[in-house]
Amino acid sequence: MFDKIFSKRHRVLLKELVKTDFKLRYQGSALGIAWSVLKPLMLFTVMYMVFVKFLKFTDGTSTYPIVLLLGISLWGFFTEATSVGMQSIVARGDLLRKINFPKYIIVIASTMSALISLTINMFVVIVFALITRVDFTWWAVLTPLSIIQLYLLAVGVALILSTLYVKYRDISHIWEVVLQALFYAMPIVYPISMVMANFPAVAKVMMLNPVTQSIQDVRHNLIAPETVSTAWNTLNHAWYGLIPIAISITVFIFGVVIFNKHSKKFAEDL
Amino acid sequence: MTKPAVTLSHVSKTFHLPLERASGIKQAFINRIKGIKGYKKQHVLKDISFTVEKGDFFGIVGRNGSGKSTLLKLISEIYTPDHGEIKINGTLVPFIELGVGFNPELTGRENVYLNGAMLGFSNTEVDAMYNEIVDFAELHDFMDQKLKNYSSGMQVRLAFSVAIKAQGDILVLDEVLAVGDEAFQRKCNEYFGSIKKDQTKTVILVTHSMESVRQFCNKAIMLENGQIVASGNPDKVASQYSKMFQNEYIMEKQNDASGGNIGNQISDVMIKSINIIQDERTTKVIKFREDFSIEFNIESGQKYEDLVMGVHVINQLGQDALSMSTRSLKQFGLKAGKNTIRFDVQNVFSEGGYYLNVAVGFREYTKFLIQDHGISNFSIIGMDKAKYSPSGLFYPDVKIEVIQ
Repeated sequence: MFDKIFSKRHRVLLKELVKTDFKLRYQGSALGIAWSVLKPLMLFTVMYMVFVKFLKFTDGTSTYPIVLLLGISLWGFFTEATSVGMQSIVARGDLLRKINFPKYIIVIASTMSALISLTINMFVVIVFALITRVDFTWWAVLTPLSIIQLYLLAVGVALILSTLYVKYRDISHIWEVVLQALFYAMPIVYPISMVMANFPAVAKVMMLNPVTQSIQDVRHNLIAPETVSTAWNTLNHAWYGLIPIAISITVFIFGVVIFNKHSKKFAEDL
Repeated sequence: MTKPAVTLSHVSKTFHLPLERASGIKQAFINRIKGIKGYKKQHVLKDISFTVEKGDFFGIVGRNGSGKSTLLKLISEIYTPDHGEIKINGTLVPFIELGVGFNPELTGRENVYLNGAMLGFSNTEVDAMYNEIVDFAELHDFMDQKLKNYSSGMQVRLAFSVAIKAQGDILVLDEVLAVGDEAFQRKCNEYFGSIKKDQTKTVILVTHSMESVRQFCNKAIMLENGQIVASGNPDKVASQYSKMFQNEYIMEKQNDASGGNIGNQISDVMIKSINIIQDERTTKVIKFREDFSIEFNIESGQKYEDLVMGVHVINQLGQDALSMSTRSLKQFGLKAGKNTIRFDVQNVFSEGGYYLNVAVGFREYTKFLIQDHGISNFSIIGMDKAKYSPSGLFYPDVKIEVIQ
């Protein structure tokens, strides 16, 4: 699989599929592609009103609204990449039954679309950050690393889920619930310091979750190196900080293996 | 010698058909616990081996459910075989079902590029074939419209044009001769005619049209219940295919017919054998527009006089193509023992399968001595499509004169 990822044929197909996905996403809407910026902006406003102004979740720092927005964007990416990726093989079933082409490209293409949305959202976040005068530091250079980690994790999960989804359609409902549970089990809309103050052990377990770890890393590196806690400084030992990264890599490799093993039969099972 | 384009050796394919809707975790779990397999095995293809050489126009025929489409999907690497090996040499362009990978929300142009990418062509490669594709599809004015605004015929034309104009080495086509209007079909036929001579292009065609098999293919196989039952010469395979249906039709007819069939004795008179003779040889396959004879060997227990013998030649549609009777003779009778009666027939019949209904009875219709229905089938083949239009029932001599 890896030796072929960068073959010309596969690159062309991936490009065409991503282009199509993106072209079709806002098709027929009056504002078109503007929605890809407008939607996160509007969603952020709602979240901001609810959690910052109304519920008054805050860690006491001035950067919290931006940290909140960033977390929501990254979580949104993970949700979209895994959910759309999960259904991508079944959604393109008519194609799989007619033509032979590398199936993983379908999953990659749908996660890539989510990645493009994330990139746009990140720009919105950075604009907000500039407006609210966040001081960027050299830590920001590390941001892409965490996003790559989160992307690999999302691809791994999407590969596993899409393979299962071909056989068991129940997975989509289960995953919806799991995502909802994960959302509340992670410091996305509430600050980790809130958990830390009351249940330090729970906070540490939360940090072992690779999604939490990567989101916290991005928040820390990009926006607030002083105030956001990460897996590295929450878990007492530096080696523990590697656990979520190891989980991400394991999930990715497992996803590739299980997908490769079953993808030959997709056309028949669909 | 160049390497063959497609080689199949001992390929088998079995499908596991779920018995109940087993696409749920609960059902899978229950089945696991109860030890129920939850599926039925269906052997779709059994031990298929054949070779398609480069430049071949290879026909695959067989009735519905015989495994043709599965075979095409195996060749196109959409399915993987359970046993055996499939070797492909060159780029393969499949056209398995209509509208491969077309998205209704995209324009014709965008769909061509997307479809091209699916088939493994880069944008520059698609650029190079784009004009030819549009020309062939005759959709110049529609390429910037969304596909959902195309008529179904237009969609098929575009998909088909992409498939055949794509610069692939091996073209895999399923049931495509039935697409488009008459003008487009003619165009496709012309194209197939030209591709037949092209030694660089290999075509594998699944079809129900024996006419196309005879016209285009240089090799063919016939599948029945997942096995190859005939292979080689396309004429031979096409005849066998037609014959299979004809035989079934005749079987049906025989079961229907109250009068019984050959060997069904209703008196002491019996048809021992019927020979169809052409060029002094007994045959079941008659050459188009070349006269033939039908010879009846009848055994009678006693001498009969004042009889009438009637022979009906029935075509595939069950129509009485020819009625012959000994009424044109002054006197017809049978002597005790062996009798041979011969009908020399001027062959004006169209291509296809025929069978006979035969009756012998007294001139006054008081009693039948022989009543045999649906017997002695034969076929007529070898119509020159360039010379004759194929839709006729009869092809008598026609003199055409251009006056002035």
